[in-house]
Amino acid sequence: MRTLFAGVRRSFSQHWYAWAMVLPVVVVLAVVIGYPLGRGIFLSFTNANEANLGRTVGDFHVPSTYEFVGLDNYWQVLSGQEGSFYPRLGWTVVWTASCVILHYSIALGLAMLLNREMRGRSLYRVLLILPWAVPAFVAAFSWRLMYNTDVGVLNSLIGLLGFGPVDWLGDPTLQKVAVIAVNTWLGVPFMMVALLGGLQSIQRELHEAAAMDGASPWDRFVHVTLPGLRPISSTVILLGTIWTFNMFPVIYLVIGHAGGTESEILVTYAYRLAFQGVRDYAGSATYGVIILSLLLVFASVYRQSLKRQEVRL
Amino acid sequence: MNTLGKRRSARASVALHTTLCLAVLCALFPIVFILLVSLRGERGWTDPLALEGFTASNYVHLLTRTEFLLWFANSTIVAGLTMVIGVTIAASAGYAASRMRFPGRGSLMWSFLVFQMFPVAVLIVPLYNILGTLGLLNSHGGLILTYCSVSVPFCAWMLKSYFDTIPVSLDEAGQVDGLTPFGTFWRLIVPLAKPGLAVTGFYTFLTAWSEVAFATQFMSSENRYTLAVGLQNFVGPHRAEWGLMTSASVLIMIPAGIVFFFAQKHLVAGLTAGGTKG
Repeated sequence: MRTLFAGVRRSFSQHWYAWAMVLPVVVVLAVVIGYPLGRGIFLSFTNANEANLGRTVGDFHVPSTYEFVGLDNYWQVLSGQEGSFYPRLGWTVVWTASCVILHYSIALGLAMLLNREMRGRSLYRVLLILPWAVPAFVAAFSWRLMYNTDVGVLNSLIGLLGFGPVDWLGDPTLQKVAVIAVNTWLGVPFMMVALLGGLQSIQRELHEAAAMDGASPWDRFVHVTLPGLRPISSTVILLGTIWTFNMFPVIYLVIGHAGGTESEILVTYAYRLAFQGVRDYAGSATYGVIILSLLLVFASVYRQSLKRQEVRL
Repeated sequence: MNTLGKRRSARASVALHTTLCLAVLCALFPIVFILLVSLRGERGWTDPLALEGFTASNYVHLLTRTEFLLWFANSTIVAGLTMVIGVTIAASAGYAASRMRFPGRGSLMWSFLVFQMFPVAVLIVPLYNILGTLGLLNSHGGLILTYCSVSVPFCAWMLKSYFDTIPVSLDEAGQVDGLTPFGTFWRLIVPLAKPGLAVTGFYTFLTAWSEVAFATQFMSSENRYTLAVGLQNFVGPHRAEWGLMTSASVLIMIPAGIVFFFAQKHLVAGLTAGGTKG
């Protein structure tokens, strides 16, 4: 016991400076994330909703009457009794995967093109980055206008080609295609700039040496370019996956009040649970905790598999 | 890749430029379309392919008879303060994580990363209840506090990777000259890190400026709305003021686009720095 205390004192005198410098951040994070997270987890074990949560009306304080229900919320959601979790999880995974794959492959293609020497290269680069500068809510509204069935520009263009109007935001499947298109438009520029930076850091000599050895362009792409991009790719794919999984404004604002809730991903659905109709705080918190756990598992598995690959190389 | 010094054939050159032009067309089409619609009056959006009837009436209406400017100011205040708070308190933590080895450093860095994964759905209900108890709903202060949950971990993460790029020998020189660690940080490193601070701050600003989910629920009176909430009013279930919407969009895109143009290179470097170092 005594040695433990001595150890603590020694480490305090050694590290108090660093701890003092991180203290403000730790306090703020504890207040704005730690406490709400703890409370969110707590709510997910109760049946709290708008009606039974304590509140103050004027001078009267109405006490809380919600009850502790243990793992019941999780059981309802995960056993499929609540009905919408698994279809929605499926769509969220499809949404995330298709967005990230489209982001990455389009961005890689464009970055490879931009990495060549040619006239007008910096102009192309600037113009291709522009969508990134558009705030997501502005982009969402703009696309919603473009998707309008009767007076949207997309249907007008299709009309010029002689086809009938397409109900972009009414039909559930097209709705999904539509939101993926918006998010792809928004997300490609970031990946493109990042991958272009990665391409430029690959040494020219590597390509030249490979070409000397008679490697075809495809061989060079697979054996020089892709391995050279690996560190940057792994980071942007991880970031992109997390961002897309949690992408709120695009889905929420593009679909708006237009259609059913089938094309909502987990995050927007949890949001509507909490703030529409009878506010189901407990249900929303349950969904939130499940989403967070899924992301944590994904991120750690992803990092582990990257590490293992590195060892093998 | 023209690595072998060979000239590209004419056909390859045409294909290259055609592909890039198509990509540029896709990237610019929505932006140009919005600009055109916004310039064609109140009913211009109902005939999207026409190129006539240009007028500034939407902009006049937007600036004189709606609360757009007030929302713009609200967004700027909230995002500005979020940025200042985020960068200020995150800088010293980022420095400590970059230079000092202390117990808890690993879990601190891990939490900066993990907190960026938090979906809005986990925190929004508890924060809504907490702010309600504190009387901070429908106030700028409450929104700023909320946005700190996003901005502080992000700023700390970004600034830590920026400080990593500044040579440690500078710190050592400072300590030889008798500066305390905090003095070294404040007098030597902060001035050198200005580009990193600027880019981190700018990104935090933009994130807060375009945040939708929290602002939509937390702000209930129209004169406190931020832009992301206010604009939803133009095209709700019972209203379709696309003329106002498009002109507002253009006025929002212009300043964002200009600043963005200068910041984007550093931004990517900062966001991916953790990855390139493994």
